[in-house]
Amino acid sequence: MKKNILKINNLSITTKVNTNLYLVDSISFSVKEGKTTCIVGESGSGKSLTALSIIRLLSPQLKMSGEILFNNEDICKMSELEIRQKRGLDIAMIFQEPMTSLNPVLTIGYQIKEAITVHSDSPNNEINKKVEELLMLVGIPIERVNSYPDELSGGQRQRVMIAMAMSCNPNLLIADEPTTALDVTVQAQILKLLDDLKSKLNMSMLFITHDFGVVEDIADDVIVMFKGKIVERGVVNQVLKKPKHPYTKALLGCVPDALGKKQLTPIDYEKLDRAMQRI
Amino acid sequence: MKKLLQTNNLSKTYVQTQGFFSRVRTNIHALDSVSFSINQGTTMAVVGESGSGKSTLAKSLVRLVKLDKGSVKFNGIDLLSLEGEKLKSVRKDIQMIFQDPYASLNPRLNILQIMEEPLLIHNYLDIDARRKKIEDFIERVGLSVSDLKKYPHQFSGGQRQRIGIARALILEPKLVICDEPVSALDVSVQAQILKLLKDLQKEFGLTYLFITHDLRIVRHVADDVMVMRHGKLVEEGKTDIIFKNPKNQYTKDLIQSIPGLISKRN
Repeated sequence: MKKNILKINNLSITTKVNTNLYLVDSISFSVKEGKTTCIVGESGSGKSLTALSIIRLLSPQLKMSGEILFNNEDICKMSELEIRQKRGLDIAMIFQEPMTSLNPVLTIGYQIKEAITVHSDSPNNEINKKVEELLMLVGIPIERVNSYPDELSGGQRQRVMIAMAMSCNPNLLIADEPTTALDVTVQAQILKLLDDLKSKLNMSMLFITHDFGVVEDIADDVIVMFKGKIVERGVVNQVLKKPKHPYTKALLGCVPDALGKKQLTPIDYEKLDRAMQRI
Repeated sequence: MKKLLQTNNLSKTYVQTQGFFSRVRTNIHALDSVSFSINQGTTMAVVGESGSGKSTLAKSLVRLVKLDKGSVKFNGIDLLSLEGEKLKSVRKDIQMIFQDPYASLNPRLNILQIMEEPLLIHNYLDIDARRKKIEDFIERVGLSVSDLKKYPHQFSGGQRQRIGIARALILEPKLVICDEPVSALDVSVQAQILKLLKDLQKEFGLTYLFITHDLRIVRHVADDVMVMRHGKLVEEGKTDIIFKNPKNQYTKDLIQSIPGLISKRN
């Protein structure tokens, strides 16, 4: 039995204005060490809020309650200073849109270096060496170290984001739709890269996506979210092949598959409501 | 089967200049001798990565991009030589559905005005007939007549895409060019829109040129598929045949990259 690196107990997120409006409604799950857990759901299901709450980057207008245990320490109880030391060092995050997450007026080398110097006092030449290692790790030629983000393609930018996230060998990597903005071929490369890095560095991953194809490729465990609640969870094959919850079934019916000519069935929300009430 | 659209050697080169005095000039071949044809009532999918020239192709067919070379025959008419009133009358027959439903609707017009605009441009002068037509189409795409008073920001992404579809179809076009119509949408909404497009095709006998980068969708909507790369057409044929037996290495790579198909690690 693997150890849980992240354990979330009864996490709820509401707005400060209306504390009865649950954006995330008492969810509990855990991420096992060295494994990839995927959160799947439509927009508005609360998957990104869940991710942001783990590194405490929620908007100040939102209020969260519950327990987020990372290596048995409760992130919710940490001071601002403590969580800052965790961010990047122990928990790193990759965002969806690589262009908006990189600073357009700084070279990528500088930005990767910055990620390292926040958590380390090593001398300059060691850090420069580390930057080169990281670029090599994610497959960007070292000559590009002085390039600006706009000189890189979308896939390369996402690689830079991954290099920054890897800079301090985090235990947990949160990836919020890291391949949604990319072409399929590039997406396949990035997924492979993340999976390789995960095994090489013995990292755990919390991967957020709305694409069941991506889930099939990368996940060990899957969590399906709907309207702020977890409706189904389990090992990837079980959830995708033998879904139990009516919502998971309905959502899978919407996914086009590449193998055969499966009929697409849009979700019939009235039927879904009735099915969910029976549970 | 009748060919609705037939193109021959479409080419378009963009010139990129670098440096203050524009000394360095690079030619980008957005379209490089692309020839294909679409049969009436079928769906032709165009796949390729960003920068492969798919959107330039779509824009050239509605004459939003001026081609350097090539000819387009639409319904027996030479499309590229048309000017003025004649061009306008053909434009009615070729409509476009855009990728981003947030950017393609004017935020200052309500839905009635948005839907009315194409009719006004094409001189549908009778107010009652116009109103009747708008009401028919808005209901056909699954919205209600009371929605006509609302503004785009009051709708969700999927609803906006429905409005975009209603606006494109209200002139009863023959060819509809769909430029990534579902890539900005959730998978559940995507299924709804794809079904809607399919139903409308049956009802109105539409012909689609369907641009997408998602091969799983191609499999579901397209009769034929063309694969583009760097402005060139690398492979073309019946969807089933291309998926089962791709000949070109690039097509093989694309099919290999479909998420969910990559052989799972250990």
